[in-house]
Amino acid sequence: MVAPGREPSRLETKVKVEGLDFWYGTVQALFAVTMDIPARQVTALIGPSGCGKSTFLRTLNRMNDIIDGTRLEGKIFIDREDIYRNGVDVVALRKKVGMVFQKSNPFPKSIFDNVAYGPRIHGVRGQGELTEIVERSLVRAALWDEVKDRLEINALELSGGQQQRLCIARALAVDPEILLMDEPASALDPRSTARIEDLIGELRREYTIIIVTHNMQQAARVSNLTAFFYEGRLVEFGPTKRMFTVPREKQTEDYITGRFG
Amino acid sequence: MPGAFAVNNYERAIRLLLLGAASTSILIVILIFVFLGKEAAPFVVRPGVGELFSTRWVPVSFQKESFGIIPLVTGSLLITGLATLITIPFGICSAVYISEVAAAWEREILKPLIELLAGIPSVVIGFFGLVVLAPLVKGLFGLPTGLIALTGALLLALMALPTVISISEDAIRSVPASYKSASLALGASKLQTTWKVTVPAALSGIIAAVMRGMGRVIGETMAVMMVTGNAAVITASPLSSVRTMTATIAAEMGEVPFGSEHYQALFCVGIVLLLATFGLNMVAQRVLKKYRIG
Repeated sequence: MVAPGREPSRLETKVKVEGLDFWYGTVQALFAVTMDIPARQVTALIGPSGCGKSTFLRTLNRMNDIIDGTRLEGKIFIDREDIYRNGVDVVALRKKVGMVFQKSNPFPKSIFDNVAYGPRIHGVRGQGELTEIVERSLVRAALWDEVKDRLEINALELSGGQQQRLCIARALAVDPEILLMDEPASALDPRSTARIEDLIGELRREYTIIIVTHNMQQAARVSNLTAFFYEGRLVEFGPTKRMFTVPREKQTEDYITGRFG
Repeated sequence: MPGAFAVNNYERAIRLLLLGAASTSILIVILIFVFLGKEAAPFVVRPGVGELFSTRWVPVSFQKESFGIIPLVTGSLLITGLATLITIPFGICSAVYISEVAAAWEREILKPLIELLAGIPSVVIGFFGLVVLAPLVKGLFGLPTGLIALTGALLLALMALPTVISISEDAIRSVPASYKSASLALGASKLQTTWKVTVPAALSGIIAAVMRGMGRVIGETMAVMMVTGNAAVITASPLSSVRTMTATIAAEMGEVPFGSEHYQALFCVGIVLLLATFGLNMVAQRVLKKYRIG
């Protein structure tokens, strides 16, 4: 946890964003976003629908690249490396910056093959090594005990909550340093949501986690830092505790207290 | 209320009309089966079904006729099998290109063109085979003739491709985008994503597409008759001349004495052929249906 009153800038910076503008065609979605996201903390991105928080998240692993007609200005550094400079290896970037999607999206393959997919893509061939990675990833994603006897069944047979944890295991299997989560629990029942939140609490010791959420209580529960986005701008960014108790901006206060959004 | 009653009657009339139309087509299929069975039936009594399993097809002879359909069945299987082997890689690659690689404008041109290919009359494709393909194959393998199983298979592949490409492309395109996102986000390249996620996810649809294509060409007659040499021999060699079930029926039906054993034997061939296409299409239908739901 961040000590009370301690600002994000004092922590080791993992992701540094400078003057980020983003366009879908002619529609600007992000305006001059500047923020330093610290290492091994959970940073929650909150804000009403269409405020640009998901767009922002997807700029961090360049998943917006696959959408036609998008354009980006400004700079994003991960470990001091500009991820948008020419000749950047997107494969290496996405290996380092894992992602979990809103709707769980396991491949229609076995549980084992789902988790082993990433390592295989990145050249791991040995069956022993793969088995070890699969087990370790499933343990970390708190799914191992439920599936260890049936790794060969199709992943689509799992429940929604299990599928989402499988997707987290799949992302962990390539050994990322940063984990992007786009509303990972929004499609799940309360019990599964609680499990995902517990898991995030476990994972934050080893990973830098950036999570988009609609759910203010969730942001308050799982994150150390909160960033409030509104209409494509970063309105306020600070320790979660302070943001939820003494927000500095009027808009933040209005949103948090439920006056809009 | 008389108004409501009138509407009800009208609805009923429409219903009956549609039911009639639908059952007519089913009735026709059944009648075809019955008709084929009726014409072929005497053959079962004399000379007996066993005769069909002999290895020689010699329908006209001064000594002893022989109506073994094995050479015809193997001929059809050989050509269809070869055509499948040729169709699968081309079909899948084309479908992948159209759905995953091609720009929008390329797709606009390619899809209609490929579907146009399906509309070329088979006799015209046969011409092409006879004049262009057969000499090419002959030269390539240094054979005395280019009228062999391989030439027929190439033509059949050409005819199956539009069906295979079109259905495969639909299958590949209906793979959820979330699978691709997941793969890309794990650091997979576009190519890896296509071959390791998209195509496997569409596999059942692709298999159904291939079966549909085969269902279409196993019954193909004209082009095959023109280029395969029509020698009723049992062989597995692509470079040998063969004779198919379809070509046999087409070539001999016109000259056969009505009601003779030869005539009945041809109907037996027809039944086997019908069962084969029926079976292929049914299985393809099953697979397609399952995959649309799943």
